[in-house]
Amino acid sequence: MNDQSNKWIGKRTVRPDGADKVTGRAAYAADASMPGMIWGKVLRSPHPHAVIKSIDTSKAEALPGVKAVATAADFVDFPTDTPVPLGIQDMRWMSRNILAKEKVLFHGHPIAAVAAMSEEIAAEACALIEVEYDVLPFAIEIDDAIAKDAPILHDFIQFEGKPSNIAGTLEHTLGDVDAGFAEADVIVERSFTTKPVHQGYIETHACVVSVAPDDRTTIWSSSQGQFMVRAMTTFLTGIPQSKINAIPAEIGGGFGGKTIVYLEPVATILSKKSGRPVKMVMNREEVMRATGPTSGSKSTVKIGAKKDGTIVAGEGTFYLQAGCLPGSPIRGAAGCAFAPYDIKNVHSFGYDVVSNRSKVAAYRAPGAPIGAFAVESVLDEVAEKIGMDPLKLRLKNAAKEGTKAAHGPTFPRIGYVETLEAALNSDHYKTPLTGKFQGRGVASGFWFNAGGESSAQVNITEDGNVVVTTGHPDIGGSRASIANITAELLGIDYDQVSVQIGDTASVGYSNLTGGSRVLFASAMVVTESAAEVIEQLKGRAAKIWGIDPSQVVWEGGEARPMGEHSGNFPSMTLGELAAKANATGGPIGAGSQSNTVGAEGGFATHVCDVEVDVDLGIVRVLRYTCFQDVGRAIHPSYVEGQLQGGMAQGIGWAINEEYIYNKKGQVDNPGFLDYRMPVCSDLPMLDCGIIEIPNPKHPQGVRGVGEVPLVPGPAAVRNAVFDALGIRIDDLPLSPPTVLAAFDANSRQAAE
Amino acid sequence: MAKIHVSTTINGEPTEFLCDAGDSMLDALRDTLGLTGSKEGCGTGDCGACSVTLDGRLVCSCLMLAAEADGHKVETIEGMASDHLHPLQQKFLESAALQCGICTPGMLIAAKSLLERNPDPTETEVRFWLAGNLCRCTGYDKIVRAVMETAADMREAAR
Amino acid sequence: MSDIRYLAPHTLDDAIAQYAAADGAARILAGGTDLLVQMRSGVLKPSTIVDVKKVPELMAVEETADGGFRIGAAVSGAALEEHAKFGKVWPGVLEGLNLIGSTQVQGRASMGGNLCNGSPAGDSVPALVAAGVVATIKGPNGTREMKVEDVPAGPGKTNLKPGEILVSFTFPARPKGSSDAYLRMIPRTEMDIAVVGVGVSLTLDAGTCTAARVGLGAVAPTVLLVADAAKALIGSKLDDAAIEAAAAACSAACNPIDDKRGTIEYRTKVAGVLLKRATAIAAERAGRA
Repeated sequence: MNDQSNKWIGKRTVRPDGADKVTGRAAYAADASMPGMIWGKVLRSPHPHAVIKSIDTSKAEALPGVKAVATAADFVDFPTDTPVPLGIQDMRWMSRNILAKEKVLFHGHPIAAVAAMSEEIAAEACALIEVEYDVLPFAIEIDDAIAKDAPILHDFIQFEGKPSNIAGTLEHTLGDVDAGFAEADVIVERSFTTKPVHQGYIETHACVVSVAPDDRTTIWSSSQGQFMVRAMTTFLTGIPQSKINAIPAEIGGGFGGKTIVYLEPVATILSKKSGRPVKMVMNREEVMRATGPTSGSKSTVKIGAKKDGTIVAGEGTFYLQAGCLPGSPIRGAAGCAFAPYDIKNVHSFGYDVVSNRSKVAAYRAPGAPIGAFAVESVLDEVAEKIGMDPLKLRLKNAAKEGTKAAHGPTFPRIGYVETLEAALNSDHYKTPLTGKFQGRGVASGFWFNAGGESSAQVNITEDGNVVVTTGHPDIGGSRASIANITAELLGIDYDQVSVQIGDTASVGYSNLTGGSRVLFASAMVVTESAAEVIEQLKGRAAKIWGIDPSQVVWEGGEARPMGEHSGNFPSMTLGELAAKANATGGPIGAGSQSNTVGAEGGFATHVCDVEVDVDLGIVRVLRYTCFQDVGRAIHPSYVEGQLQGGMAQGIGWAINEEYIYNKKGQVDNPGFLDYRMPVCSDLPMLDCGIIEIPNPKHPQGVRGVGEVPLVPGPAAVRNAVFDALGIRIDDLPLSPPTVLAAFDANSRQAAE
Repeated sequence: MAKIHVSTTINGEPTEFLCDAGDSMLDALRDTLGLTGSKEGCGTGDCGACSVTLDGRLVCSCLMLAAEADGHKVETIEGMASDHLHPLQQKFLESAALQCGICTPGMLIAAKSLLERNPDPTETEVRFWLAGNLCRCTGYDKIVRAVMETAADMREAAR
Repeated sequence: MSDIRYLAPHTLDDAIAQYAAADGAARILAGGTDLLVQMRSGVLKPSTIVDVKKVPELMAVEETADGGFRIGAAVSGAALEEHAKFGKVWPGVLEGLNLIGSTQVQGRASMGGNLCNGSPAGDSVPALVAAGVVATIKGPNGTREMKVEDVPAGPGKTNLKPGEILVSFTFPARPKGSSDAYLRMIPRTEMDIAVVGVGVSLTLDAGTCTAARVGLGAVAPTVLLVADAAKALIGSKLDDAAIEAAAAACSAACNPIDDKRGTIEYRTKVAGVLLKRATAIAAERAGRA
């Protein structure tokens, strides 16, 4: 696949949707409006934990301008004892997340919603809704939630035979860890904590929904999957999928946070009750209070190694916050943590812990950065103890083709070793640091990647161009990559290809934009469709020439006669064949739908240089490089973009991002002022070492790219701070007060 | 309370609209005038997605009352391109300096404002000027490069 | 929000009359970078907004007869930065003002707004306090002057009387060898509220500090004038002992809170660290002035 003759694959083309996005024309969900549209607003809980005794909406309904009020009673009921899974979600929890039912479970939990002639009237009406609560004690942190006398969020959750906030567990075992540790010369064990961090998409959740009197429903919303929106809306409102058309608006960032619904079913019910289209737009505070960050965590990891660097055993325990309803990404934490290494004895255990926080949502390799933070930090210390370069320690133990991973699979050809070799041989790693409180850290990471359902349609237009329709919202330039592949396969010019994201009524089922799956899966169905189109084109030429289709070859964007007919007819271009399409059998086009498999995991190794201002505790990143096996960089710029975005989010997670709660159980930093994501002046250029080990199970060699680059970040920064200060800080974020306190404590200790 | 009548100039066009006293300029642009290119990411001046210029000065339209536009000139992303793209817009496209694109209008308005004042900014100057424009997708790398390369191109073209 | 009145008077007298005539829920609009946020969050529900940006006195930048400056309370940081001379004489004041928020915010935010917002963490205030600036205030009962450090009364509160408007700031003339500096601690490089802010203004004569003032922000309910820190600097050659003493005085003056932005312990230590650094910058500038 590294065929240099590729004309479009690997080229930095201009994305098809680009001009719209640099001119303000691109329509995001909040940009939509409909005739007669009114506005919806949500009433949110003032308590972190309370029983809802009653809700009286009569005063709100009486307010002039109010057109509809909705509560949980207006939605399909999902009893807690019957699981209703949809992907990794469960409608029992989803229904209670969009509107509280028996209890409010976090401060900001939606209770009711109002649609009115203006946002102001809707907000005023929300304030008139009378809710009677029985306020309960609450638990925010993991330790509070698993304490003996903890307030129990859900009576129906049992652990070890008793009501508990531990909603689930996950265990991976390989070999015998006790036997493994017995062989070790060096054992390092540490405990870590990480804070919840938010995906931080700049576009808040928004939708416009129109339900006609016959229940025909149009949903215009920002999500990572219009089919997910349709499915969840059907589950929660009871309107059948055939009556719902979910249109994917342009999406202003998701990072996993838009893989579930918050507003769409609520707006649907409000629209149905009011008989009007309803628009709902969250403000930033609502996003921060009531949409899912990823889990906060506490974990303990123990690793044993021989003097020569051979890791003989690894053990990890990971507690992850689920938020108020079950479903934290323990699989990502416990499953990915040890995956980069060929370790014969592994025991990895995850706990899913509910507490009075907003329900977590996916965030870029969900759970994996938490696992990697612990394992990669411990490995750093193992390397120090046995006096080995930390990259060489990883190289010695690196998973490769044939390695059996604790979470199940035996790896096919993977590129982890190559990321380590590239890091070791890089200018970055070879350049010595010069400053006093400067340090360098390394870390690696793994993500599963995903395949799953995709559909595509490739149509030849009457004038001989190509329209490709797929079903995955384009968040980071995937249209450009699809266009590169299509142009390559058909042998035509990139500009001849248009790529559309279809709505749920116009393209076949396509799973989420998530799991680093979009290009992997959609390229597969596009490839199948293009192959079928080429067969049709060859058939049309054969018909025109009066020869057998097997005697036609498609080359360089043209049909050419071959074999005994070679040179007998002038070749025909796509345009010429399109012009004759009706005479030769009708429109030319093909679609393909598939449940794709073979995604295979992705690996990355990061190198991070920091400098610490030891008087103020400030950590600044000086230089940062990501080395990642990307399979095949179909569009290198957008591959780099994924790597750079992941690096930036990892740095943010490591240094300044955190959810801060006050004593009342409320988020104390629900905005971009105090939820401190990296700003432009915080970061250096973010360097990319792209390594291409083509995925043998994909026609273009594509491997998922988007999630791995977040995984090593927090550990790489933390290990760099250790290198700078000689202090191992095990609690994120490495914010100034934390770093300064650690430095001063260390200095005092040294002085004593 | 009666609506306020505002006479202003938006992207060079004399424009009149009605607003409430509490409406922000961003509300007026998006909801009244249909200029939805300016985005609301926070409503508190922390993300810059609503950036416009007011009499040539870069501001957050979410932190400005619509009524304040009376008698002044406002420029938004919709006015940045003519029949061809502004060099910054073209460079952002060519260098993939956008992913989801939600921050892009504000980023472009801010970058244009920088280059009008400082045609030869250092990387540090670019980074600090754009510190009020949050981007969660790109890590800023390609944005900063695009702004600096555009500045170089524009200097070259002006010679 | 439709029950709010918006007024944009063209004269100071009209502004005062309109502001005084409205009830206590009226608000002055200068740059609006705090006011609009507070309105949006529901913290403030003003009955009347008096936009003062059409009032000449509030928008003027003038050099006074004695060689000082008078700056209108509503002049934005970006506008003040464009003044040919002000930033050369008062670089610390200007850097404080232009650390507020983003470039976008600096296009609107003013010293008057920053001071009257009453936040102990306002970035322009410590340098204004250090500069010994006097605020001119006008109300229905006439004009009065107040030292800048006397304007804040506590978080979100000022000592302005009902109906009074902050009109301008008067900066004293600077002897040769004078300059100032402002430094703040924030977790990021930009866009945060100061965790601690220190403004230092001083005069050097042949290497000896002959005058100094220190303003300290975000460590107490109001921005503090730290006289003990100034005392430690005045008369010294800004040697290590003097600077350590001034830093200790800053730490001692702290009466901070634990909050999402910093701990008591952290703020107390950092106040001293920033005093040292700001003093070094101010001294280096003064050496060139």
